[in-house]
Amino acid sequence: MYKIAVLGDRESVMGFKALGLDVHSAESAAEARKILHHLARDGETAIIYLTEQYAAEMPDEIAKYKEQVMPAIILIPGKAGSLGIGMENIKDSVERAVGADIL
Amino acid sequence: MPSVQVNATRMELTKQKKRLATSSRGHKLLKDKRDELMKQFLDMVKENRALRKKVEEALMRAHGSFTVASALMGPEMMEQSLLYPKQSVELGMGFKNIMSVNVPMYDFHTKSADSGEVYPYGFATTSCELDDAVDALSGVFQDMLKLAQMEKACQLMAEEIEKTRRRVNALEYVVIPDCQAKIKSITMKLDENERNNTIRLMKVKDMMLAQQIEQRRQADAEAMAAYKEKHG
Repeated sequence: MYKIAVLGDRESVMGFKALGLDVHSAESAAEARKILHHLARDGETAIIYLTEQYAAEMPDEIAKYKEQVMPAIILIPGKAGSLGIGMENIKDSVERAVGADIL
Repeated sequence: MPSVQVNATRMELTKQKKRLATSSRGHKLLKDKRDELMKQFLDMVKENRALRKKVEEALMRAHGSFTVASALMGPEMMEQSLLYPKQSVELGMGFKNIMSVNVPMYDFHTKSADSGEVYPYGFATTSCELDDAVDALSGVFQDMLKLAQMEKACQLMAEEIEKTRRRVNALEYVVIPDCQAKIKSITMKLDENERNNTIRLMKVKDMMLAQQIEQRRQADAEAMAAYKEKHG
């Protein structure tokens, strides 16, 4: 059985605790990066929901895990609202596959 | 046409012909694979976009409710309420093969089937906004899981399509033309050799004929001379 982790600033991720998810809160992007690596390497976490606010600070790390089946890093809007990075990522994958954004 | 340096032998020609056949076949297969992958990928991406939009909106609504609850109850109290979850989630992961791309399939079980179990606090001291927020979050969670599955599948497929596309292009624009050029140059060389040989044989035959005619003429002349000596 695998775990589902939620990573972000405390206020954004607090509510997910009620659902029984594995919640990790980070105060800074550097801390979030550390936790992300830790989660990605433990082999038990299949999905990591990461708030876009932190995702914006570490595109390299996210790109690294893109090609691996596990973990799936999925961006969610944080408390401050959506930055559009999630949508941007979808657009990127279309561009990568087709060579141009056709949608 | 790229400049090619090959041994002009029949063996090399057979080898290149075989290579061309394999490459053409591979090119056709890979092209089919790319087209099918692309078709499935585009469908999936469209769905993925719609789902992400939906999830983001729902999450923003839940965040809004949490903010209001936090304002009404105070952040400490709220954190206390959510501190110890009643519900826990287990995630199972399987794989589905889409055109040789293994994409994960998630299915999850909550420990208790009762959806009312999601509130980990007593209702007496908490605000109803918090109930709304938790409810909204648990409502969007199914979609979040589906989003995770779909987005990962899209990422993996995008990678596979990119790889396949590169292979198709390499075969189409490099390997196959190269092979054809080599075959052409070998056939031309071999034909040239063949003509060379024929010409050489014809020439040798001419020379041999000329020699024989010369010999015959000498013999005739000698015979003529002998006859004249005897009778003349």
